Amino acid sequence: MDGLDIPLNHILFISSLLFAIGMLGLMIRRNIIFILMSLEVMLNSAALAFVAAGAHWGQPDGQVVFMLILTVAAAEVAVGLGLVLQVQKRFKTLDMDHANRMQG
Amino acid sequence: MSKIIWLIPLMPFVGSITLMLFGKNLRRSHIGYLGVSSVGISALLTALLAIEFMQNQEVLETLVWTWMQVGSFAPGISFYFDGLTLVMMSVITGVGFLIHLFSTEFMEEDPSYARYFAYLNMFVASMLILVMADNLLLLYLGWEGVGVCSYLLVGFWYQHSANGHAARKAFIVTRIGDTAMALGLLLLFSHLGTLDIQVLMGKASQVWEVGENIPLIACLLLVCGAVGKSAQLPLHTWLPDAMAGPTPVSALIHAATMVTAGVYLIARTHGLFLLAPDAMIVVAIIGVVTSLMAAFTALMQTDIKRILAYSTISQIGYMFLALGVGAWSAGIFHLMTHAFFKALLFLGSGAIIHCLHHEHNIFKMGGLRTRMPVTFWSFMIGSAALAALPMTSGFFSKDQILLQAYQLPDLGPGLWMAGLLGALLTAIYSFRLVFVVFFGEANTEPDKDTEWRMAIPLSILCFLALVGGYFTIPVVDVFPVTGGSHPAHWVEYVSISVPIVGLVIAYFVFLNRRINIETLTTSSFGRGLGNLWLSGWGIDWLYDRLFVRPYYRLANLLKSEPVDVIYNAIVELNQLLNLWLSKSQTGRLRWYLVSMVAGLIILISLASNLGPGVLQW
Repeated sequence: MDGLDIPLNHILFISSLLFAIGMLGLMIRRNIIFILMSLEVMLNSAALAFVAAGAHWGQPDGQVVFMLILTVAAAEVAVGLGLVLQVQKRFKTLDMDHANRMQG
Repeated sequence: MSKIIWLIPLMPFVGSITLMLFGKNLRRSHIGYLGVSSVGISALLTALLAIEFMQNQEVLETLVWTWMQVGSFAPGISFYFDGLTLVMMSVITGVGFLIHLFSTEFMEEDPSYARYFAYLNMFVASMLILVMADNLLLLYLGWEGVGVCSYLLVGFWYQHSANGHAARKAFIVTRIGDTAMALGLLLLFSHLGTLDIQVLMGKASQVWEVGENIPLIACLLLVCGAVGKSAQLPLHTWLPDAMAGPTPVSALIHAATMVTAGVYLIARTHGLFLLAPDAMIVVAIIGVVTSLMAAFTALMQTDIKRILAYSTISQIGYMFLALGVGAWSAGIFHLMTHAFFKALLFLGSGAIIHCLHHEHNIFKMGGLRTRMPVTFWSFMIGSAALAALPMTSGFFSKDQILLQAYQLPDLGPGLWMAGLLGALLTAIYSFRLVFVVFFGEANTEPDKDTEWRMAIPLSILCFLALVGGYFTIPVVDVFPVTGGSHPAHWVEYVSISVPIVGLVIAYFVFLNRRINIETLTTSSFGRGLGNLWLSGWGIDWLYDRLFVRPYYRLANLLKSEPVDVIYNAIVELNQLLNLWLSKSQTGRLRWYLVSMVAGLIILISLASNLGPGVLQW
């Protein structure tokens, strides 16, 4: 492969780092918008791993799955933002710890 | 006549059903007419049948209809009529009719008049089916029918829990014997393939030799049934308690008819018992031991009906003795005379109880000789017959039994002597009863005297108890001839004199008081023995400890359902776990996430440490 040759391990490290950051964000953030953003980060970290692996082994599957993840992310954001609006409307706050009325 | 033989059990049956269905709407007098006349018609038909039988000695067999058909097994509602059946039917319908008549006065003020006669009629119908049945299955139907009626009538005054207890006791104790009897029937059927009594006896004597095991077992099982029904050792405990029922019921069921069903059963299947001499010895020994035990117990009782109940047990013991020594006809003869004089005594005691405000204790009576003359003479004649004083009916039958028992090789003289001791005791306790109740100081004043409806049955039974000994019962063709030789004359003289000695002893002890038994009864040994006899040799106490209480304890243990404890524990464990786990369900999204991640980390680290191959990187 021509051009810049970044080792696979490095990319996987970045990907894991992004995943960990996203997960940490999920765990410590209370604001629902930040939670959604952290989810996006995690999705993208997984997508990055796919693309890197596909490039490493010269397979197109990695990019195919990336497209799928992109679609899922878009759909997720659409639903997620709808939920954000509803939460804001009903609880007058975006703090998820207040949205525990159903104990579930 | 032979064509309408089925009418005889049908009449009381119809009477009973009518009273059950419409009893509430009928007037008292009509209930009485209906209840008495249904048995009266049966008695009349039986009398006609008897006249015909006396002329041609014809054995009748009538199939009314086939009860059920299973393969070759087809028991019928079918009747067999011979001399033995005739004797039984005469006793049941004749004495039964008199007791029904007596009941109309005795039960006059009872609110459940119709129910009483419905049960009583049903009893007569069942008893007739029992004695007329030509196969053992139909006999068993009647056998259970009389058991049910006995239960219902003992517990007739069910408002008192003691009466209900007595009724249950009577039912359960006899049921023990009945179960054994059912097993006996099954054994006979499985070996001989039939339950028709005549066919069965014929087949049995062809298939089996004398002394084989299977007829012995079958006979012993039948004896168990007979012992339960006839209140012999060891199943006799229900009869004294059964006195809780109305007194005419005691006269009809627990003296004259039902309790002699066991005697009838053994006499009816005598062909089988001849194949099992050991079973006959058992019957004889049961009979003689029971008669002695009951006679001793009767000496000490103070309740007039319990004295008579124990004397019934004792007299049936004599019948068993007769059957055991092969004196079939003497046993049946004693059954008949006993029915007369014991029904007389029971009805007499019923009259006393009726006129004395339901007083049962003989020591609270006294001096009734002049106030209730009819009852007094009934009791005199009844007791004389019971004690077997010469020329009364009981004398002839008991004398026959004792003489034939004497002739039995080996055991004979021993049985004879035990029987004589029983006869002595019988004379003592029966005249103790008479002397205490009718002589001496008056303790209670009767508030009325007997009316004709009580007096007539008493008078007729007096007559029968006196002359019943001169009847010849037509059972010559039924039973094999026994007792050819005549025993020595001194045996006969001793047999005759013993009851008289008993009478004299009773006279000196209880009336004249020349013999003082104070010192004997107040000594510690005498009192202990007296209490033992009073409690019926402590057999009730023994059964209570041996069977009743352990059973109650077991029932109490099982009441809490110990097996269910395991299942309940499983349920409770699950509920506890549910309680714990539902605590973790808080609705806080971030907590869920943290626990999920923590779990993931634990799983991954576990998997990677478990060695290669579990998780491939």
